[in-house]
Amino acid sequence: MKDNTNMMELKKQIMAVHFMLEDLQLYLNTHPTDREALAKRNSYVKQYKMLRDEYNKCFGMISQDDSFSPYPWQWIEEPWPWEYEANFKL
Amino acid sequence: MWTYDKILEYPVKIKNPNPAMAKLIITQYGGPDGELAASLRYLSQRFSMVTPQAIATLNDIGTEELAHLEIVGSMVNQLVKNASLEEIKKAGMDGYYVDHDKGVYPSNPTGIPFNAACIQVKGNPIVDLTEDLAAEQKARATYEWLLNMADDPDVIEPLKFLREREVVHYQRFGEALRIVQDFLQEPHLFIMPKPDFMKKKD
Repeated sequence: MKDNTNMMELKKQIMAVHFMLEDLQLYLNTHPTDREALAKRNSYVKQYKMLRDEYNKCFGMISQDDSFSPYPWQWIEEPWPWEYEANFKL
Repeated sequence: MWTYDKILEYPVKIKNPNPAMAKLIITQYGGPDGELAASLRYLSQRFSMVTPQAIATLNDIGTEELAHLEIVGSMVNQLVKNASLEEIKKAGMDGYYVDHDKGVYPSNPTGIPFNAACIQVKGNPIVDLTEDLAAEQKARATYEWLLNMADDPDVIEPLKFLREREVVHYQRFGEALRIVQDFLQEPHLFIMPKPDFMKKKD
C-alpha cells in the first residue's frame, strides 16, 4: 500500500513537470527568443528526466523507447492509464 | 512519428458510475467540436502551414489534443464501466449500449458517428488558422455546457482542466495567426489575398 502511495506521488510529480514542459513549449513555439522561458523549460527537462528514470527504476516502464524491461516484457503490465486504478485524486 | 507515455496528461479517477454524463461527454470524443476533430484538423493542416512558429504550433497542439482524446475516453470508460443495465436504460444510453456495449466509440450524444466534415483543411494558412481559433472557442463552449450538466467533482475537475487548455490553445493560435500575417505582409487585415484567377487582367 505504501508502495502504491509512493507511485502515485511520483506520477503526480511527473504529470506536474510534464505540464510545465507542455505549456512552456507551446509558448516557446510562438516566442522562440524568450530567454527566460527557454531557461525555465530546459531546467524542467532536467527534472523530468530524473523523475522518469526514478519511475522506471521503481515502478516499471513509462515509455518503450527509453526504459529497460526486466523479464518478462514489462510493457504489457496493467493498469493502463485510462483505468481507475492507474490514477489518483488531486 | 509518435511515442506513447503510459500516463495521462491529467488524472481521471471517477468513483461513481454515471451513464447519463458519459452519454454527454462522448461528444468531446467523437462529436463535431471534440478532441478527435481537433487533433485531426491540426495534424492535417500542418502540412500546408507557413512559418516555423505556426507549423510547430499546429504540430504540438495537434499532439496535445490526442492526449485530451485519451482523457475524454478515460472519463467515458470510467463513467460506464460499473453501471448496471438498469442505470444505462434509465440514462437513455440503451441505444448506445446495443451498438457498442460499454465500449468507447467516437460519436456525438445522439449517436451520429464521427465525421471529418466537421473539420477543414483549406491549404491556405490564414483560412486554416482562423478556423482553428473558432474551433478552440467551440470546444471551450462545449466544455462549459458540459460543466453546467455535471455535479460530480471527479468529473468536474478534468473537464475544467480541458476547458483551460482550449483557452491557452486559442491564445497560441492567435499569436501564430499574427506571425503568419506579418510574414505575408498583411499586418492588420483579417482578409484573404485575391487568388490570381480573380485578379483583373490588363
